[in-house]
Amino acid sequence: MSQTEQAPALAEGVDTPTPPGRTSSLLARSLRLWRTRIGLLFVLILVVIAIIGPWIAPHGASEFVATPFSKPGQNGAGILGSDYIGQDVYSRFLYGGSSILLSATISTAIGMVLGIAIGLVAAYARNALDEVLMRAMDVIMAFPQILLALVAVSLIGAGWGIIIAAIALTTAPRVARVTRGAALPVVERDFVAATESMGLSRPRILTGELFPSILGPIMVEATLRLTYSIGVIAALAFLGLAPDPNGANWGSMIQQNQLALATQPWGALAPILAIALLTMGTGLIGDGIARTAAGIDRERGDE
Amino acid sequence: MRWLRGGGISGFVVRRVLLGLLTLFLVSVVVFVATQALGDPARAILGRDATPERLTALQNQLNLDQSLVQQYLNWLGGLLHGDLGDSLAAQLPVSTLLHDRLINSAVLVFCAAVISIPLSIALGSYAALRREKPFDTISTNIMLLLAALPEFVVAVLLVILFATTVFTWLPAISAVPPGTHPWDDPKILILPTLTLILAVAPYVARIMRASMIEVLESDYVEMARLKGLPERTVLRRHALPNAIGPVFQVIAINLAYLAGGIVVVEYVFAYPGIGSALLDAVVNHDIPVVQALAMLIAGVYVVVNLLADVATILVTPRLRTRL
Repeated sequence: MSQTEQAPALAEGVDTPTPPGRTSSLLARSLRLWRTRIGLLFVLILVVIAIIGPWIAPHGASEFVATPFSKPGQNGAGILGSDYIGQDVYSRFLYGGSSILLSATISTAIGMVLGIAIGLVAAYARNALDEVLMRAMDVIMAFPQILLALVAVSLIGAGWGIIIAAIALTTAPRVARVTRGAALPVVERDFVAATESMGLSRPRILTGELFPSILGPIMVEATLRLTYSIGVIAALAFLGLAPDPNGANWGSMIQQNQLALATQPWGALAPILAIALLTMGTGLIGDGIARTAAGIDRERGDE
Repeated sequence: MRWLRGGGISGFVVRRVLLGLLTLFLVSVVVFVATQALGDPARAILGRDATPERLTALQNQLNLDQSLVQQYLNWLGGLLHGDLGDSLAAQLPVSTLLHDRLINSAVLVFCAAVISIPLSIALGSYAALRREKPFDTISTNIMLLLAALPEFVVAVLLVILFATTVFTWLPAISAVPPGTHPWDDPKILILPTLTLILAVAPYVARIMRASMIEVLESDYVEMARLKGLPERTVLRRHALPNAIGPVFQVIAINLAYLAGGIVVVEYVFAYPGIGSALLDAVVNHDIPVVQALAMLIAGVYVVVNLLADVATILVTPRLRTRL
């Protein structure tokens, strides 16, 4: 996974924004593609595990059940064995999804709102404000997401609040760039000039006219950013910088149990597969939406 | 950039360099403000229960008694002279501390780049030529799934597969004993390099495929074919040079990403590079090392992007004629 700014399929969809009305059905139309369905299935399975997991877990998240690194079934350990201090891997796996999913969703949402606002204002400004905003975004983008999060955590201390803030702050400029790129051609179109002459206020034009026209690329960007947020937040936990290093979350679990990969791989493998399925799921959904949006544009071109 | 136009290629390069310098300057302000001005470095280093005397002594050592602007100018002046300050944890100059690690990381990034870039350009081009055929469908979908995986997931999966559990062919830990170089034992480089390749290649290959498809459908490729040029010449002389332009941007972003992404990869394999140095510095609140590495990684991003912008213009025939 990497910091690449936009998927190729997205680039095809950016040039001609989908008109309002069509976009409301974009998600529904994208579900006609198998990739979107499979992606949605992956994500749903893991979201369900994260939500109901704590209720169906046979043991507590920090309850000792067997000697450390017992294999599945050995010494009375559960179906996935025990972990580095003898806790039940299966139970911790069921507990471990919610914190990462929740923090990734919240930070992506904040970053999206910030980025969309900045991108729309910059695209609509068409003056020095546009230059200043985009230069500022360039400066933030010079820092890889994980680097900025690491520095923030080292200065202020690990906490979900600071992790969410760091991810949101580094998500925003990447979203702003895509939003501005998609909105620039729309700003030049006649219907925007028409709303201006009707005397609509700037916020009304941005939210009511511009924003609906670029929903396609925005939705693709949202899935892409969510994929990265999950990856970076899990990576921070994996690096030992989660708020509770002994906590039960998928990233920390991989770090705690990777010492015993040779003898009891499940302690690390279960959370790895969960994160892999989750990010592949969001990636597939994003690709499905991008292909659908590009397809709608192609249809429009033929009309 | 709107206030400065024209001047052909040299004008473009000058504008782009000035813009890069401005970004670097702003980056240095951000690094300084974030690390030195926002928190109290002395307190961060000594912890909550430090005695006032030790706090004052360290504040003097770090020149925290001066004004913020003066502190920034001192720091920037040192930076420009190659003086990165002293590491607080190791009591060594930062440049001495990071010298070997910088070489180690550069070796890793170089190996990953040298293999992944030609490989992904070839894969992307071939997929574009075989568009909608089985090779294209399969490679595109594999790339999509690989691109979604966080690199630490790839790294640990590779360790499980090749080092510890399924096969035990390769070392799980890539330690470089002091006084030796990573190339003395090339085996340790395989898994970290492979992780970085798998993290970067999907992006470059996807953009290369999209760019190549666009070029293959263009009028000038059609024209070249109608002229009766052999397909090989059409691809080499007309399609590839135009298709590779947009790919430079993605290569640049990914190279810059490699500079940051090695944090996680070096941690997984306990490889002594700047990534693991950064992680140690973060854990130890070693502010001068954090500042130096943040500047270095952000600087790499700015410089590589600059080179990519210039290379795109110079390489792409249709953009060059537009200047």
